[in-house]
Amino acid sequence: MIEFHDAGYGYGGRELLTEMSLTLAPGSFHFLTGPSGAGKTTFLKLCYRELQATAGRVTIFGEDTREMGRDEVANLRRKIGVVHQDCQFLDHLNLTENVALPLSVAGRERDDQDLSDLLNWVGLSEQAKALPPELSGGERQRAALARAVIMSPDVILADEPTGNVDWDMSLRLLQLLIELNRMGKTVVIATHDLHLIRQAKSHVQARVLRISNRRIQQSGADL
Amino acid sequence: MRTILLPFLTFSESASGRVVPPSGFTAQLTVITAAAMAFLAVFALALSMATGRLADRWGTELARGSTVRISAPEDQIEAQVAAALKVLETTPGVAEARLLSKDEETALLEPWFGPSLPLDDLALPALIDVQETSEGFDAEGLRLRLAGEAPGAVLDDHSRWRRPLVRAAERIRLLGVISLVLITGVTAGMITLAANAALAANAQVIRTLRLVGATDRFVARAFVNRFTFRGFSGALIGTFFGMVAIALLPNADEAGSFLTGLGFAGPEWLWPMLIPVLAALVAYVATRIAAAQTLRRLM
Repeated sequence: MIEFHDAGYGYGGRELLTEMSLTLAPGSFHFLTGPSGAGKTTFLKLCYRELQATAGRVTIFGEDTREMGRDEVANLRRKIGVVHQDCQFLDHLNLTENVALPLSVAGRERDDQDLSDLLNWVGLSEQAKALPPELSGGERQRAALARAVIMSPDVILADEPTGNVDWDMSLRLLQLLIELNRMGKTVVIATHDLHLIRQAKSHVQARVLRISNRRIQQSGADL
Repeated sequence: MRTILLPFLTFSESASGRVVPPSGFTAQLTVITAAAMAFLAVFALALSMATGRLADRWGTELARGSTVRISAPEDQIEAQVAAALKVLETTPGVAEARLLSKDEETALLEPWFGPSLPLDDLALPALIDVQETSEGFDAEGLRLRLAGEAPGAVLDDHSRWRRPLVRAAERIRLLGVISLVLITGVTAGMITLAANAALAANAQVIRTLRLVGATDRFVARAFVNRFTFRGFSGALIGTFFGMVAIALLPNADEAGSFLTGLGFAGPEWLWPMLIPVLAALVAYVATRIAAAQTLRRLM
């Protein structure tokens, strides 16, 4: 699904990630961990082609990201749901419009019932008309998750989804991501929260990718 | 979503337009600037067309008209007029030669001296209106013959003063056209600046849209539609007021028959209606280029 072939990424003459070779298989569940600044967000950006590998190659759904045109990148991103660390909402649109944004940009009709079910699934039915600045950290993260899955993507990438929420909310978000994985989605969660990773152990077969010294180290075994 | 551009001007946006936040004052400024440019464009167009008419009139109507002026002592004038008419009748290239009546001379002098001119008290020269054939006549030959037959006759073929006037009118028409080109350029520049400012101010919005799968076309459309509408609506307002201002100018008859009024005649009134269409086209192209340049910088 997403394959790194000896891939690396550097910027301004500095190598941030190097010699990465791994495969994110369909339906797999991965935690991406490592200290702050290790390159977790950079790794995720390579997975949805916000960044392009400067060494080696990355293929997504079998396509080499170096050969993708801008429209192809746009189409690719419709198949990958991303929960950004800072959520990335449009503050002038309400929660429902923000969640439905991927449908709007893809020119697809939105089914109000489906949208309502989705907001209900993430527990945000009451906040449907609220503007993003009116939402709490946890509500924003759940809304970002709802937006990430509305196009029914094959891959879900979450960058520190529990970074700004309390433990109960972290568990709730984790549960939602596990549910998605059970539906067959590939899930990658970037986090430095080891408690969360341990908590997931009892619910899902997850693999841990650890970034250390600019390289990906696969823990290999299940948690 | 309805975007209010001016208190009396609103428009509903498509899905792509709604994703860009309303920009309030900037939007109004774009509309007002487009209106001002269109207002000026109406005047430049009117100037261009009026001077065009003037050049055409002087260039065609007067081209075939000449005047023979006869100044002579009272007891000789009749004989010299008769001699001059005879010379003119036998001159190749002269279609018609006609002595102007006292009433016609009065009418010619009226703009300068008023309607109650006592012609009988003035020693006015006799005037013969000469119409040329399409081939025209030999002005130098005619002058020599008139000098022999009627020494008080002076041929004025209008060329001395007509040519520089026609040239001046044509230059003014060219200036009008250049003004229109400059106004178009300034409008394009102004809309490009406004579009660039809007794109820069919405860089985060554009990034978010790209991250959720928006194509460049979708993002550009949001801005292009908005600025095209602003350019069009502003120009529509400016053109309307420009046309009203032109219509309210004193007409040519009131100002004097010599002057051709600054304005439009007949079907020429349709020309200013193209200004809003041109403004929309300029806004469309300028915003598309600005959006394409900005989006190319984003991954």
